[in-house]
Amino acid sequence: MTPPLALDAGLAVLVLAVAASTIAARGTFASVIGFVTYGLLLALAWVRLSAVDVALTEAAIGGGVTGVLLLTASARLRRAEKSPAPAEHPGLVLRVTAAILSTLVAAGLAAVVLMPASPVPTLAPAAMANLPATGLGNPVAAVLLAYRAWDTLLEKVVLLLALLGVWSLAPDLLWGGRPGPRHLVRQESPLTLLAQFLPPVGIVVSIYLVWNGATAPGGAFPGGTILAAMWILVMQAGLADAPAVGSRTLRIVLVAGAALFLAVGLAGFVVADAFLAYPAGYAKPLIVAIEIPLTLSIAATLGLLVAGPPARAPEA
Amino acid sequence: MSLLRDLFTVVAVSAGAFFFLAGTVGLLRFPDPLSRLHALTKADNLGLGLVVLGLLPHADGWLGALKLVGIWLFALLAGAVAAQLIARAAGSAPPRA
Repeated sequence: MTPPLALDAGLAVLVLAVAASTIAARGTFASVIGFVTYGLLLALAWVRLSAVDVALTEAAIGGGVTGVLLLTASARLRRAEKSPAPAEHPGLVLRVTAAILSTLVAAGLAAVVLMPASPVPTLAPAAMANLPATGLGNPVAAVLLAYRAWDTLLEKVVLLLALLGVWSLAPDLLWGGRPGPRHLVRQESPLTLLAQFLPPVGIVVSIYLVWNGATAPGGAFPGGTILAAMWILVMQAGLADAPAVGSRTLRIVLVAGAALFLAVGLAGFVVADAFLAYPAGYAKPLIVAIEIPLTLSIAATLGLLVAGPPARAPEA
Repeated sequence: MSLLRDLFTVVAVSAGAFFFLAGTVGLLRFPDPLSRLHALTKADNLGLGLVVLGLLPHADGWLGALKLVGIWLFALLAGAVAAQLIARAAGSAPPRA
């Protein structure tokens, strides 16, 4: 076995083992820690597959933001887990049906993996052949913002819907207020030091990722996630309060990315004969122009998803 | 010269891996949160430092070397802060001004 193959095999075994332990873990907390580890290992697997863009996003979203969200959820569930409510067991029919469906899905996936079509269908040559037309150097950016722009636009809308879902958990009285408790600044806490020192560096890194995304691995999603992480850090250290969800500025930032994307897409009808088509020669500047507000919107949405539903009544 | 450089890399990265191993054993074997943190942060910082040191001769120019050192410094910072926070949360940390 050559060293790279041994490394990949070890990584694959580790991913499977961590995935199994995540499912088998009894406690919610242990399960969440397993999930975060799984996300980071998966990022390594994407690096080994030379998909650095996916690896960056997986590490930032799968390991980072989702981990924080699940940890918060697990902290909330701890109270419910302790209460001696009778555990509900699903009926026999439900369990058998679930088992049959799961087996069918697993068998289907196994069939696809074990008996691939020959030759394996791929759009990679087509993606590379049309790359010059977009003016971009990174084929992943071209797929996300040119060939499959429609999917990316809908992803942004889904993020906003998720945030609306979180906000809708707020009681009527608190609607429009600030999310979460007010974190107090503790001067002697190392968290305060980190929240003062890290954000300038994080902001530069996220700008670098977005700007470089056109030609190298990076882009709006990893960049926005790092920006969100910096914001969450500052909020948790108490250096800045979470904004009221009724704030007009906040809402404009939230929808700016998707709105501009949609506007450019609609303009495509007039200037380029199709929805979400870019006029020849302007693809790259337009894509970079969309990515900047998109990054801000993603950062704001992720930060507020972690901050949670409004928990303090709005100041009148 | 190239052989000497490779030898340096192998020795430094192996030493780094040894410290990671020692830290992991400490994390699994030590009895209370504070000693487990002690094992983890010391070994991770030193282990990662040695791995970075070993990779420096192979870095992609001085900018690549700078990035490697930057990664180590940020890991140090994050590790130190996280260890402090966990130790405080563990409740048994002696107050230090």
